[in-house]
Amino acid sequence: MGHSILELQSIASQIRRDILRQVHLCSSGHPGGSLGCADFFTALYFEIMNHDRAFNMSGENEDLFVLSNGHISPVYYSALARSGYFDVDELSTFRKINSRLQGHPTTHEKLPGVRIASGSLGQGLSVAVGMALGKKLNNDPGIIYTLTGDGELQEGQIWEAMMFAPHNKVDNLILTVDWNGRQIDGDTKDVLDLGDLEAKFVSFGWDVMHMEGNEMSAVVDGLNMAKSKCGQGKPIAILMKTEMGYPIDFMVGTHKWHGVAPNDEQLQSALNQLEETLGDFKI
Amino acid sequence: MLEQYQVTGKKATRNGFGDGMTELGRTNDQVVALCADLVGSLKIQEFIKENPSRFIQAGIAEANMMGISAGLATVGKIPFATTFANFATGRVYDQIRQSIAYSDKNVKICASHAGLTLGEDGATHQILEDIGLMKMLPHMTVINPCDYNQTKEATIAIADHHGPVYLRFGRPGWPIFMPEGKFEIGKAIVMKEGNDVSIFATGHLVYNALEATKVLEAEGISVELINIHTIKPLDEEAILKSISKTRCAVSCEEHQRNGGLGDSIAQVCVMDQPIPLEYVAVNDSFGESGTPAQLLEKYGLGVGDIVNAAKRALKRK
Repeated sequence: MGHSILELQSIASQIRRDILRQVHLCSSGHPGGSLGCADFFTALYFEIMNHDRAFNMSGENEDLFVLSNGHISPVYYSALARSGYFDVDELSTFRKINSRLQGHPTTHEKLPGVRIASGSLGQGLSVAVGMALGKKLNNDPGIIYTLTGDGELQEGQIWEAMMFAPHNKVDNLILTVDWNGRQIDGDTKDVLDLGDLEAKFVSFGWDVMHMEGNEMSAVVDGLNMAKSKCGQGKPIAILMKTEMGYPIDFMVGTHKWHGVAPNDEQLQSALNQLEETLGDFKI
Repeated sequence: MLEQYQVTGKKATRNGFGDGMTELGRTNDQVVALCADLVGSLKIQEFIKENPSRFIQAGIAEANMMGISAGLATVGKIPFATTFANFATGRVYDQIRQSIAYSDKNVKICASHAGLTLGEDGATHQILEDIGLMKMLPHMTVINPCDYNQTKEATIAIADHHGPVYLRFGRPGWPIFMPEGKFEIGKAIVMKEGNDVSIFATGHLVYNALEATKVLEAEGISVELINIHTIKPLDEEAILKSISKTRCAVSCEEHQRNGGLGDSIAQVCVMDQPIPLEYVAVNDSFGESGTPAQLLEKYGLGVGDIVNAAKRALKRK
């Protein structure tokens, strides 16, 4: 906490380098959504959340984060490593045999910072609701943050949880939707249109905000605003506009980089667009 | 030995669950109950009355209920997620697999109305595949108690066991015959020792197996009757000890033959001591509407079916 916007941008630049280098090393993974959410993760882990790097599963009196769209694990792992949960050089093991950094996050390998497995979509919001209810039962002031993809909202379980949270006044919960408009098979409006998302959330009883997800000051302000809305009887949803692949020139404007790793040449071109600010992880 | 297993009354196993929950509500303040619009059927009204803040009504949204349970367990609660067995397993398999089993969450999935004996509602609700589904999941403990007393004791015991548990019980009134006592997860109960044939039974069919044992004994056949309330982890030691003596066995369960208790026992046998094993189970079929007694008879799970299976097993020795 207490970082300037410039400092946070500098951390985000390194996290983006980590994302690209992780997926390039194992020639697999999901760089597009990871890059788009790098500013959000940076703000969350370095500025917004009250969290303890000495990890314990129940996280008493801490704010907790649930990643529902587990395929953007590269940005999650980098944010966890860069904020002190484990050695940054472990990022080089991403998706490799015997690694704690599985393709999709898991508690199974006991990676510090991860509290639930995700990858099969649509489940994280329910888990976050459960954590939020548990915190209330424990008289614990912590806030639960969760992130879903926008394509992920096509899963039915999301709407069960979306109905449940306002009915039960789960107001220590901040859901952010990575609203990049793209999914594996194309644009969400073509694959299965989400329609008027804001109206849908509002009609379910959520307090809805909009946020520019690739502008650090907007992300910090937006998350602080969401935090200030906690405890007022409603869960909070942030519709976060991001660009898949941001800010790599050849990765934006398409869904092509959802789940494809760059080759050597593409990696170099991408890294040339991102300043190495904290030192790359060693291979 | 059978004298200690006298019928003392009749109550549904789900009542045992409900009464176990009432006791847990009074003794363990971390226990939280969840239900998907079936409070009356699960018999948890008293728990809710005494602990209103520790009850979560999920509505008819079982997937969300499983996820909420995983979240509650993460922050230290002991959630008991309750509904009908069909909706507690097959409907939410992926949620249980990822958010509970793979994530190793301390969630108790408590499922009533399992098997044919829910009766008139018919096959949509008569799940006969749930033991198989749940036992295949790494980390999952699977328990199918046989009467009111055992279900109540099992309910209390699983709260002290860290890890995901599937507790399976049923709808109809059923004879109470197990003496009260502490429930030990994974420890089979030898109800009667014998030399000619082993009968391994779980759930409601333990009672039918008990009756079948009496018939066989009257005909001079020495039966070893074993109550396998915990299907996973299976008490392999008890099974091997028994079959090393009897050299043939019968498995009895209100479940599909494929993937049930019988298959677990068969696996133990073929790995160590291959012996003739007869299955008393539903054979690759859905159920239908009818009374519990009619259904057990029609689908080959009656006392006579167990007697005949034991005789077949003996002949194959």
